[in-house]
Amino acid sequence: MIGKLLLSDGAVFLGQSFGKEVATSLGDEPTSGEVVFNTGMVGYPESLTDPSYFGQILILTYPLQGNYGVPKKEFWESKRIQVKGLIVQNYIDNPSHFESQKTLGEWLKQEGIPALSGIDTRQLTRKLREHGVMLGKIVVSNQSSDVRQYDPNQENVLPYVSCDKPQVYGDGKKNIVLIDCGVKENIIRSLIKRGVKVTRVPWDFDPLGSNLRLDACLVSPGPGDPKQAKQTIQNVRKLLEQRIPTFGICLGSQILALAAGGDTYKLKFGHRSQNQPVIDQISKKAIITSQNHGFAVDMKSLKSEWKEWFINLNDKTNEGIRHKNKPFMAVQFHPEASPGPSDGGYLFDEFISYI
Amino acid sequence: MKKILVLGSGALKIGEAGEFDYSGSQALKALKEEGIETVLINPNIATIQTSKELAGKIYFLPVTDYFVQKVIEKEKPDGIFLSFGGQTALNCGLALEKTGVFKKHNIKVLGTPVKSIQITEDRELFAKELSKISVKVPKGGFAKTVNQALKIAMKFGFPLLVRSGFSLGGLGSGVVKNKEELVKKVSICLRHVSQVAVEEYLKHWKEIEYEVVRDKNGNKITVCNMENMDPLGIHTGESIVVAPSQTLNSYQYHFLRRLSLQVIEHLGIVGECNIQFALNPKNNDYRVIEVNARLSRSSALASKATGYPLAYVAARLGLGYALPELKNRVTLSTSAFFEPALDYIVIKIPRWDLHKFIRAEEEIGSEMKSVGEVMAIGRSFSEVLQKAVRMLETGQDGLLGGFLDDTKLLPTTERLFVIARRFLKGETVDDIYKTTGIDPWFLHQIKEMVEFESSLQSSAFSHQIVLKAKKLGFSDKLLAKAFKKSELEIRNFRKKHGIVPKVKHIDTLAAEYPARTNYLYLTYHGEESEEVTGDRRQATQAKAIVLGSGPYRIGSSVEFDWCSVTCAQTLRNKDLEVIMINCNPETVSTDYDSADKLYFEELTFERVSDIYDIESAKGGQASLVLGFGGQIPNNLAMDCYKAGYKILGTSPLDIDRAEDRNKFSKLLDKLKIRQPAWQSLTTILDAIAFAGRIGYPVLVRPSYVLSGSAMNVAFSASELKGFLKQAAGVSSEHPVVISKFVINAKEIEIDGVADKGELVIFAISEHIENAGVHSGDATMVLPPQRLYLETVRQVKSATKKILKALDICGPFNIQFLAKNNEILVIELNLRASRSFPFVSKVTGYNFVEIATKVMLGEKVSEDFNTLDLDYVGVKAPQFSFNRIKGADPRLRVEMSSTGEVACFGDDLQGSYLKAILATGFKMPKKSVFLSIGGKTNKLEMLPAARQLKKLGFKIFATEHTSKFLKNEAIKNTRVYKISEDKYPSVLDLLKKGQVDLAINISEAQATQGIETAGYIIRRNCVDLGIPLITNLQSAETLISALASKKMEDLKIKSWDEYVNMD
Repeated sequence: MIGKLLLSDGAVFLGQSFGKEVATSLGDEPTSGEVVFNTGMVGYPESLTDPSYFGQILILTYPLQGNYGVPKKEFWESKRIQVKGLIVQNYIDNPSHFESQKTLGEWLKQEGIPALSGIDTRQLTRKLREHGVMLGKIVVSNQSSDVRQYDPNQENVLPYVSCDKPQVYGDGKKNIVLIDCGVKENIIRSLIKRGVKVTRVPWDFDPLGSNLRLDACLVSPGPGDPKQAKQTIQNVRKLLEQRIPTFGICLGSQILALAAGGDTYKLKFGHRSQNQPVIDQISKKAIITSQNHGFAVDMKSLKSEWKEWFINLNDKTNEGIRHKNKPFMAVQFHPEASPGPSDGGYLFDEFISYI
Repeated sequence: MKKILVLGSGALKIGEAGEFDYSGSQALKALKEEGIETVLINPNIATIQTSKELAGKIYFLPVTDYFVQKVIEKEKPDGIFLSFGGQTALNCGLALEKTGVFKKHNIKVLGTPVKSIQITEDRELFAKELSKISVKVPKGGFAKTVNQALKIAMKFGFPLLVRSGFSLGGLGSGVVKNKEELVKKVSICLRHVSQVAVEEYLKHWKEIEYEVVRDKNGNKITVCNMENMDPLGIHTGESIVVAPSQTLNSYQYHFLRRLSLQVIEHLGIVGECNIQFALNPKNNDYRVIEVNARLSRSSALASKATGYPLAYVAARLGLGYALPELKNRVTLSTSAFFEPALDYIVIKIPRWDLHKFIRAEEEIGSEMKSVGEVMAIGRSFSEVLQKAVRMLETGQDGLLGGFLDDTKLLPTTERLFVIARRFLKGETVDDIYKTTGIDPWFLHQIKEMVEFESSLQSSAFSHQIVLKAKKLGFSDKLLAKAFKKSELEIRNFRKKHGIVPKVKHIDTLAAEYPARTNYLYLTYHGEESEEVTGDRRQATQAKAIVLGSGPYRIGSSVEFDWCSVTCAQTLRNKDLEVIMINCNPETVSTDYDSADKLYFEELTFERVSDIYDIESAKGGQASLVLGFGGQIPNNLAMDCYKAGYKILGTSPLDIDRAEDRNKFSKLLDKLKIRQPAWQSLTTILDAIAFAGRIGYPVLVRPSYVLSGSAMNVAFSASELKGFLKQAAGVSSEHPVVISKFVINAKEIEIDGVADKGELVIFAISEHIENAGVHSGDATMVLPPQRLYLETVRQVKSATKKILKALDICGPFNIQFLAKNNEILVIELNLRASRSFPFVSKVTGYNFVEIATKVMLGEKVSEDFNTLDLDYVGVKAPQFSFNRIKGADPRLRVEMSSTGEVACFGDDLQGSYLKAILATGFKMPKKSVFLSIGGKTNKLEMLPAARQLKKLGFKIFATEHTSKFLKNEAIKNTRVYKISEDKYPSVLDLLKKGQVDLAINISEAQATQGIETAGYIIRRNCVDLGIPLITNLQSAETLISALASKKMEDLKIKSWDEYVNMD
């Protein structure tokens, strides 16, 4: 079945549908969202279930997708597919992998996510690189394209991806409160593997206003414009005031910066890939990182008590901040990897050493 | 660091080929940019790295500890690079380190420390080292004796894998299924190396490789991962390889990546290295198979597959730079510390030439046999696989064409096509997976292609079906055949319907950042053709499209890359926009800075036309350059001419007059230039009748061969009949050419350049071997040392007549026979020949540069002296018979050498000795074995045998030779033939290592299939690593050289000390 990707500048890309095809309920509308690209060559199950992609239509630049099927839920990064739609060059319907449970197409259909193949994803990516990210819609079969365009940056999307109530993982002595702004499962796995307990709390939960044991706090990655997360910013500001060891990852890093009085800004087309080089300004060591963000911390906006910890070797944007004498640290990239390289995994050890 | 010595890898051989010209050239480029003085030792005269532009000083000398030490004493460098010259350079470096030469001369080994190299080269040390960081290696043990190996086998059970350390291309390794096989394999291995590994055989595990880069500060990245389509057990050089991996998920990809970084950190690599893993497809169990602490074939492939200049970066890291300090050379804006993201698929397929050998085994395994490779780029697996199949230039198009035996699914060179046939017969993915271990992912893709290809015949011709076919990678030619149209009709139909391939960049970052270089490929999976960036030319600038040489194969290798690259450089200097097309990842021509634009593409008429169309549409007159990439581009001349494309140089009509046997023969008759009698015949009876008329021996050249080798010499009607039967019959479609074979004739070649039919420059070389040895296997001498002036005059005069008659404008090569002061023309090539780099570098005049200028219409009027030189250049062939199990190593009319070297000397003897030492020959110390067939040969060898005795060698000889020598009062020891079943037999002698040199001259031509005593002797020499001479003239030249020169007499002089370089 033919499908279309319509961009906000009027461009139309024709493709073959391999995800959700027909309206399943009354008032079913075409999908719309922010169109972004990721250049990673592996890891579609992880990316598709990464809550940071909430509200986004994802283009995967590697031209073959579906090669190894879809693994069990235990390997996902959240309970469902988070992207609004998927765009690929070629879809592979004959996967091969010992962990595969179903094909990518079957999965997308089950979860009701539209997907198109046969689109010149390189052309599309070049377009986004030149013009910056755009909004777009996926229209399958004879759906009307006349629908309101959704923009995930115009509202606070954290309620859609966060948990409802606190939940405990692991049985370590020390407790890390994890503010869930759309956390990836592998962050939790990475922490409990290191012998700590993790209490996952909703995005607007105030850790200091509860009776939870609070050895440290991790502010998770997530989707959207960080400035929309007003409640979280306020709660984190209190944590900083109380000198609670805090680690921000991705959106968490931006929230930390905002809580510390700094500013953030939107990148032209963001960093979404598994090959982003960052350098530790303190140790001068460079590592390759997995990234997925559209906003960045403006280093100039932060007070002098913060130092620039990591910078991106390609475009020199900020990739991490660290307080000069208090136990606050944040990175823009994903030390938990999944998908992507785990070179930054040692940062969890550094964080835990704060406790 | 002021002065750095770089070691090259010597001649191209199986397991060590063109990739080291790429890596050495990039290293030299990096050093030059740093303003560091360089000294290069590499006897491979056909390489780009041995051009005067790259290295400061070049020594055309063997890369052995003796010669390298001599150069060190003379040049006194501060540092040395061992990692750019393959295993040859690495082994040589390890030997020099062991003898303390580096320490004595205070030379720093740059890049990876020697200690780390030693660990990676010694399997036992390696296993120990990895266990320290809990990284798994194959279970098993190490044996220094057959008994130790047997003990290990008892512990682990069969099947087992035997592997030898310190070897390139997996020489001597293989799977053994029982005790007998183990004993045989281990005893052969232990003759070459002191230790073998006996390991668990990880049947059908996946083989995955990573290319890793690390700097001195410990910053490290993996530049590329690659998946072998063939499972473990098939050498990676023999495997179809894809990049990036296709069947690994994120966990597996990054788990192995992490292990790679961990291992490389532990070993302390500085620069580049390759790590190979085995991965269990049923769970995530793994083993580290090996680490190559140097640039390798895989790293060349990875460089081309990703656009990341591994060798260049490795050289900078060796000088002490940190990775984050370096820039990405493709984007020129981002960091070199990053991991390329591919938005395309790359497939490499090896090229084999086993049919060139007599008695070669077709099966592939853990030893390398392929002589070259191609790499294809595209955006679907089928598109890329089909491109690669055509790039091989074996005549195969699609997966189902051609004839082959599909009854056996053994891993052979034809495996891909056998699998395709099996699908056609209705076998399932599961069936084929069980026998081959090829991941079902690949098999599904192949099956889909087969289904489409087989359905073409019954499909209606339409826009949709053509579009789908193109997306699946099918050629216009194949579609033309299926729809009973001409290739041009398909092409025009496509263009009318807008079904044309689109241009895409390889930019290392999947379009995240713009590329500043023009590294391009074409695909049918896309809507947008990308404009090239960073164009230094105006839109109206004249363009030259230079066609490279395609895969390296026997008869065409790095020499044509030198020609293409040199031509491109000359054109750029003349301010043309230069566009290169080639598909061989082992080349310098496929470095994206060798031309203004590089299309990593097929050299087929279809693809060249696509590119010609694209480039012409952009403005600026485009011309094709077909004369420097060997026979593949040359074969396109007529089609391109008919299509109306502009072609530089000699007119394709004249090329056709030279290439068409009938036309050329008539021309020679008209010019009154003699040629051996010949005829093209369409029945066996006619062939035999003709041969009878001209008299035996005759040269037989069938136009189609199923198996066995194409060219042969027949000494009798029955032999002729045999060859023709082997050649899958003779028909009007597949005629056979029979020509008179002239015995005892000398062979002479003239290479040169002509301008509108006038001779501009020439070089005459003579062969040491008499006619009957393929010119590519012959030893060439320049200037000629034994030619009569009268012969030289005749050669020149005939050449001039031919040039005039064909109005030649550009490079040419003519081969002559000379006997009794008379010359016969045997071949004319209206293109640069194999010997162009040799004659250019020996005479000091760049023939390719001159030819290119002439083709552009420039007048070159200079007096070139190429005959009266104060030195002698000798070009010697490099054979790889040790790789081709079972192959008879005797020289014949069919070419079998895989590479060449050339050395300089003050006389023939000196340069000859250097040259053969550079091909791996070892100076005999005590004893020589002689077995000379035939009365004439024996008489001819007599003075040489006498000389051997005088030099104090102990002579062993077989029955007749022994008796003959005794009658001539030359003392010798008789040894028994193998068939005599008496002690000591020749074999006993060889196996005990009592022979330093074997000279085996046989009388008649070798007949395929018969295991003669001579064959057994020759083969054992090859397997045991005993220097072997099978040609009478070579033997004479060698012995006269041994008589006049000792090692100390071989002068250590650089190229510019011999040749005037202005």
